Amino acid sequence: METSLDHNQNKARPPELLLRASGLLYIGLMILVPLIVILQDGLRQGIGELIHQVTLPIARSAILLTLWTASLMTVINAFMGLATAYTLVRFDFPGKRVLNAIIDLPLSIPSLVTGVMLVMLYGPQEAIGRFLLEKFNIQIIFAKPGIVLALLFISFPFVVRNIQPVLQDLDQTQERAAATLGAKPWTIFRKIVLPALIPPLLSGSLLSFSRAIGEFGAVVIVAGNIPLKTQTGAVYVLGAVESENRLGASAVSLILIGIAFSVLALANLVHKRWGAHK
Amino acid sequence: MNPHKKGLGAWGIILLVVLYTGVLIIVPIIALILGAFNEGLAAVLTALGSRVFLDALWLSLKIALLVVAVQTLLGTLVAWIIVRHNFRGKAFLKSLVDVPFAMSPVVVGYMLLLLFGRNGFLNPIIEPLGIKVAFAAPGIFLATLFVSLPFMVKEMIPVIENLDRKQEYAAETLGASSWTIFWRVIFPQLRTALIYGMTLTFARALGEFGAVLVIGGGIQGRTETTTMYIFRSLDERNFVEAYSAAILLGSFSVMIVLIADWVKRREEKHQSRDESVERV
Repeated sequence: METSLDHNQNKARPPELLLRASGLLYIGLMILVPLIVILQDGLRQGIGELIHQVTLPIARSAILLTLWTASLMTVINAFMGLATAYTLVRFDFPGKRVLNAIIDLPLSIPSLVTGVMLVMLYGPQEAIGRFLLEKFNIQIIFAKPGIVLALLFISFPFVVRNIQPVLQDLDQTQERAAATLGAKPWTIFRKIVLPALIPPLLSGSLLSFSRAIGEFGAVVIVAGNIPLKTQTGAVYVLGAVESENRLGASAVSLILIGIAFSVLALANLVHKRWGAHK
Repeated sequence: MNPHKKGLGAWGIILLVVLYTGVLIIVPIIALILGAFNEGLAAVLTALGSRVFLDALWLSLKIALLVVAVQTLLGTLVAWIIVRHNFRGKAFLKSLVDVPFAMSPVVVGYMLLLLFGRNGFLNPIIEPLGIKVAFAAPGIFLATLFVSLPFMVKEMIPVIENLDRKQEYAAETLGASSWTIFWRVIFPQLRTALIYGMTLTFARALGEFGAVLVIGGGIQGRTETTTMYIFRSLDERNFVEAYSAAILLGSFSVMIVLIADWVKRREEKHQSRDESVERV
């Protein structure tokens, strides 16, 4: 809605300039300044030193662990998120509204509490944890499966909530036509529904990956901070800060920021290019 | 496809999804509840009534309330200039608002340490003023402010975009001052979103852990928040204390978000009813 009054907004009056200045100042001081400082600190000794710091065995293993646990989570989350969104939109069954409400729980439960819950469930002293360890020799807490479980818990809503509205608005005429022509449900899903859901599936998955890169509260409790084994990037930074290893802390921080930001930018790009929801 | 006629495949998918959600989310929640009450209600109440826990809870509440106040004012302001103002660098400003979502809380705390810690960049400015930020409450406040920044802005942007501008123009034509227009025309339309944004910010602020651990140091009785108390209790193997505090924090966060959801949905229902009345 372009009206003549809209154009007046471009010539801001003094009180509006004041508003704008305070908003910009707030974001600049809160977000830009800390970012610049860590960038400066990480690159202070040059790119070579940064690379050296992140390729030291303990740092490298922490970054790699972060990357592959986040990747594994993203694959499972993409698949189950798609199935969950499809179930919630297309099927009717008793308890559907409860299921829909449960999806949002991870958003309001503090991630530290998530970690505590998983330790209570799968911890080596707890019934289920001991059972899994003794019968199947599967260790979850203080091991890698615990990290993936924690990441799955916190990121469950991202894919589901990204796909749901797109699926809801999807025109079903084509599907009905295909069904009339004798196509099997699986073929219809693969050929008609899935292509329409690829953009929200992709942006939701990327979003959950970027969120998982920096996850700390849930992971530090279930992983137990064992260098070279269960120490993730974020936990490494904590250790480096505590032992006053400033070079290592800044270098790994920068890598984590770099990965998370690029993936987030990619998610936004996918959303803008193909997922724009009218 | 008729959703009421389900084949075996459909039931298979439903079962898979229900099982997955149950095992991933519900079972851990039940485990926490059962575990906390393992030694009886009295043990939980004793843990929650301890001086150390109440100090931590009080600090968390104070910080969270202050963060909500700042975010309500400045977050709404930022959303406002993003929607209504045109200036160079607006896209950059928008992406800066997203930064805390992708930032590890530990790194947030570390950035603040670089600014305010020993040899911090800003120390020459704050030290003469006698302000202590790192390992003190102001540091915890700043860390919480950082991590919770996007919530209010993101909540308000779509609402401000959807404001009915005609009402503002009408009021302006009738000679209302900007102040009157804001309070009488704009504010009533923002109220629900404000409450919702404040609730999300509050819940996020209460639950923050990584950033406040790094910048606050978790000094018992001084800079220990609820989450740090839980972490320390686990470390010291005081499980009842840790579980009781975790259950209180978790259920409180979930509850306030559920209430906010309910308020929002009720308001939306009212609005759609009003619209259908108008159409008639």
